[in-house]
Amino acid sequence: MNKTLLSLHHLSKEFDGKTVLDSLDLEIYDGEFITLLGPSGCGKTTLLRLMAGFEQPDAGTITLSGVDLTHTPPERRPLNTVFQHYALFPHMSVFDNVAYGLKMEKRPKDEIRQRVREALAMVQLEDYANRRPHQLSGGQQQRVAIARAVVKRPKVLLLDEPLSALDYKLRRTMQVELKRLQRELGITFVFVTHDQEEALSMSDRVVVLKDGRIQQLGTPREVYERPANLFTARFVGETNFFPGTVTAVGENELRVDVLGLARTLRKPTFAVAEGQRLHVLLRPEDIRVLDPADADGLPGKIVERNYKGSTLDSVIHLADGTEVLASEFFDEDDPAFDYRLGEPVKVSWVDGWEWLLPEEVDPTPAEDRTVEA
Amino acid sequence: MKPSPMQQPFRTAVLILVWGWLLFLVLAPNLLVVGASVMSRDPARFLSLPLNLDAYRQLLDPLYLEVFLHSLYMAVMTTLACLLVGYPFAWALSRVGKQRQVLLVFLLIVPFWTNSLVRTYALKLILATNGLLNNALLALGWIDEPMKLLYTEGAVIIGLVYLLLPFMILPLYSVFDDLREELLMASHDLGAGRWATFAHVIVPLTLPGVLAGVMLVLLPAMGLFFVPDILGGSRNLLVGNVIKNQFLDARNWPFGAAASILLTLAMAFLLFAHKLSKRRLGEEGGA
Repeated sequence: MNKTLLSLHHLSKEFDGKTVLDSLDLEIYDGEFITLLGPSGCGKTTLLRLMAGFEQPDAGTITLSGVDLTHTPPERRPLNTVFQHYALFPHMSVFDNVAYGLKMEKRPKDEIRQRVREALAMVQLEDYANRRPHQLSGGQQQRVAIARAVVKRPKVLLLDEPLSALDYKLRRTMQVELKRLQRELGITFVFVTHDQEEALSMSDRVVVLKDGRIQQLGTPREVYERPANLFTARFVGETNFFPGTVTAVGENELRVDVLGLARTLRKPTFAVAEGQRLHVLLRPEDIRVLDPADADGLPGKIVERNYKGSTLDSVIHLADGTEVLASEFFDEDDPAFDYRLGEPVKVSWVDGWEWLLPEEVDPTPAEDRTVEA
Repeated sequence: MKPSPMQQPFRTAVLILVWGWLLFLVLAPNLLVVGASVMSRDPARFLSLPLNLDAYRQLLDPLYLEVFLHSLYMAVMTTLACLLVGYPFAWALSRVGKQRQVLLVFLLIVPFWTNSLVRTYALKLILATNGLLNNALLALGWIDEPMKLLYTEGAVIIGLVYLLLPFMILPLYSVFDDLREELLMASHDLGAGRWATFAHVIVPLTLPGVLAGVMLVLLPAMGLFFVPDILGGSRNLLVGNVIKNQFLDARNWPFGAAASILLTLAMAFLLFAHKLSKRRLGEEGGA
């Protein structure tokens, strides 16, 4: 495990003088499901295209199991791509679409027939071999595109936002299906998406990208629970940011003043000094909404409540105007559990559930600091 | 949905107009041509009974057969030249920036604003022995004496290509414009080189455009009689010249009608082939 398969070294790419990838390094392990996650324009699609060979890097190298692929044309790379809009050949049947890559390899006819049939069975489309792409639904076209790519038994399968054109329910089904395929085939999947939920639920590792640089590389859990910076914290999931000031530094803990509330927090890995300002990050599900009479917590009032089925999501305005998002599970012992709008409450959390980040040099505008509901 | 009473008369009027147009200005003249082709020649009244197929038999006359074959040959050469120039042109056109595309398509259409007869005379001035082209080449010292360009088969083909090239480029441009880059990338990704991608993806997907272009070039190239009249001299006749001469000079209307029906049938055949090729791509075409 964790044997490097595809190695990207110092990759840089510019378009019209605009830096899209900035000396990027990435090791992709054999057999893993790795996701490139970021907003549009972060360079994730360009990175995928460099791997596929559709673009050439301005600098840097791409090696696969030690073989330099940087300037190998796409047709000679043992990688295959599932395109965002499937890119099925409209003039060919489903069978011919899937067989295309094998025909290019000049495989014997019997072998082609056998392997195409297997690939179509794998995506549960064996009865559709003679259909034309336009006779299939979006989800079926997607599966043909996957079959067409994996029938070549690539070392790496590149997926460029393959689920973005599908509706929500189908997307969830395909997520499970893709994960199953990846397990069964044992092929390394490089998956591009801007959907953080998709990234978290499917990947072994997530690469968070912004402006052509890796912001964080880690397991979905690390990225979600221990974001490396404010960008990742904001982009992956919803986050409450509280301003904090260090009042005392201990051996393993810190005394921090959060909007007038004195808390003892776990000491972070970065260096802290007394008087330093910090961000105290709390996910909505880590927020505790307390009775206004409670001694602990920051006072505020409920301004919005959204019933989400399994959780009750509420937006709370603190006295200083900070917006806090809380997501609470229903308490089965308290069927009347709910809030009225305008109801005064107190907001708190269990010490140790917070995540601390240093103040960044380039802070985002104040209006961005509150959580989007 | 049921049309409202207000829409009903308008709808009826439009339908009557369209059907009337088709009946009186398309179907009736064509039926008249068919009728004329099976009648007998009459020097005084142009047409007379009895009905017979003499005109069609005359089409097989070696003399005319030779004219037809030569006309077909020039039309095929014209079509090939248009395809050879138009295909890469349309391809390149579809790959430049959107703004430049609009400009180039506009430039392609501008010549239509001038009557094609006038443009053919302009071409005559260029190709004449003492014309622009020869003088320019002489001045540059590339040739020692003027070349005979005018009144040759080549001049006719050049004239036809010049007039018909846009009709080849426009349908090709339309299919290349629909050809998504992603499909070419998918082909490369699956192991196909440039030639294999060209043969297995680009050609089949642009075939409807090729056939549409051929249709718009090949048949007019057999009918544009004024091009040989101006550029070709007496020996490079098109079927169009034969038809024109039968009606205006030889006064043999049945034969002229039969010759034009031959062209119509050829057109029908090409339309059918075009439809077949489109159906093979499915209703959604390039999607």
